[in-house]
Amino acid sequence: MRTISKRALGLAWVMPALVLVGVFVYFPLVENLGFSTLKWDIYSGSQEYVGLENYRDLIDDPVFWSSFGNNVLYAVVSIAFQVFGALVLAALVESIRSERWQRRLRAIYFIPSAISMTVAGLLFYFIYEPNLGPLNHVLQAVGLGRFDHSWLGQETTAMPAIIAMSQWQGFGYSTLLFAVAVQRIPSEIYHAAALDGTGPIRRFLHVTVPLVREMTGLMMMVTISGAFQVFNEVMVMTSGGPDNSSQVLGTWLYRSGFVRNNFGYAAAIATVLFVITLGIAMAQLWVTRRRRVEW
Amino acid sequence: MVSRLGFLGVIARVFVWVFLLGLAVVVLYPLLWMVLNGFKTNAQLFGDPFALPVDWSFENYQKAWNRGVSNYLTTSVLVTVTSTIATVFVSAWAAYGLTRVDIPFNKLITGTILGGLMLAPTVALVPLVKMFQAMGLYNSFWALLILYTAFRVPFTTFLIRAYMLDLPREVDEAAEVDGCGRWTAFWQIILPMCKPIITSTVLLHILFAWNEYLFAMVFTSGSGVQTLPVGLTSLMSKHGTEFPVVFAGMVIAAVPVVLLFFFGQRYIVKGLADGIGK
Repeated sequence: MRTISKRALGLAWVMPALVLVGVFVYFPLVENLGFSTLKWDIYSGSQEYVGLENYRDLIDDPVFWSSFGNNVLYAVVSIAFQVFGALVLAALVESIRSERWQRRLRAIYFIPSAISMTVAGLLFYFIYEPNLGPLNHVLQAVGLGRFDHSWLGQETTAMPAIIAMSQWQGFGYSTLLFAVAVQRIPSEIYHAAALDGTGPIRRFLHVTVPLVREMTGLMMMVTISGAFQVFNEVMVMTSGGPDNSSQVLGTWLYRSGFVRNNFGYAAAIATVLFVITLGIAMAQLWVTRRRRVEW
Repeated sequence: MVSRLGFLGVIARVFVWVFLLGLAVVVLYPLLWMVLNGFKTNAQLFGDPFALPVDWSFENYQKAWNRGVSNYLTTSVLVTVTSTIATVFVSAWAAYGLTRVDIPFNKLITGTILGGLMLAPTVALVPLVKMFQAMGLYNSFWALLILYTAFRVPFTTFLIRAYMLDLPREVDEAAEVDGCGRWTAFWQIILPMCKPIITSTVLLHILFAWNEYLFAMVFTSGSGVQTLPVGLTSLMSKHGTEFPVVFAGMVIAAVPVVLLFFFGQRYIVKGLADGIGK
């Protein structure tokens, strides 16, 4: 009896964390499912049960689908640049002989990830600005003036421009992580490959790529999950405009709830986001677990 | 044959250097442009966006400071400091309980706390707003302190727990022989041994709290407790025609975290690598 109560006393160590996570992370998730079945005006306080109507509206909402498409585009481009591009870049940085320059370059590439997405977003808002922005000036200077553009002001270029900024902001972060993974590869393996007369490109493909496979998998999951949670840069640069063309699920959720006062609908979008991010997390768990068994 | 390979090797090396340095310029130039613009007048900025500032006066910084940036900065510092302390202590306690104390339902509790890593803040947004309105904490400093702590406890616990698992068992036994209670053992023996990972988690949390936008925007936008990321956007919408003032505000927001990264690089990299690579 005494041992049981003593064991239970140990729970005091984990209680603060458990309560915080339970009340502010898990409970809202469950509550959100309930909210998504309501027609709910937060200002008048009126709530009405409407079943799955919000989800049916979702299916018929073209902005929901274009937002979803923008998240997918975000994920695809980010995988290309921040996973595969960063892996190649990390290997290139590791291939130079001066360790001091390796460190310097990695640190420089990381700076945009240290400053906030808000600062980066505002900075590129000015860079894309049609009149004073350096981007159009540079295009004119190199004779590409016909591409001169109101980058964030036009439906076709707003989303690509935001995605491009976010690659600038984020590639250094994943390069840094890949660099750590590359450094963990025992140097004997490289020496052996070099003695065999294997060139640098084949060494990259046959030694580096397979041996950082685990990091690559993790970075892919993190990147995809991040791409579906995009919010900050879109809010700062376009607020989803022009004409909702750069809307993503996160900003469409915000707009539906907090601007259009349709919180039930916002909750339904949140549920979709929940299913997507949970699915990605599950896939990640499944992959890492299977690998552990394999080895 | 050998010399030809050597020649190709040199060419390849030159290409690699040109590419790497070119990329460094692509990263650094926009940042430099931002810093320089903070020293210009509107006329100079619109006249030639590439020109160097004529006189290096801090007038724009002063204007930005007086138009709210001092308040945003104070709030940011306050939220960052308090949520860092809360997050790291709550997480270190939890990690200690999970790794070095015999508690019931250990697996379940570990799964619950670390499972929070998988959940996106956006998903909980609507219920959280309702909850904080009901508690009377909407539009307050407390909302950010609580949310930044709750949503970062899983990640921070994850990092500290992994570190504590690797500490030898004998440490606890020695503490017990010395007659230390659990509480003393935690503060005087285990926590000091965890200093490297505590440093990492502190720095990572500062980066997070300083830059966070979603919660800051939704929970404080209409009040006097805006943090820098939100404050900058309102500076922009209020004084959007005076671009150099906005640039100055951006620089004020960016400098502390860039400095932090350069001084704490080793710990930040280690924390990130352990967090994602394990």
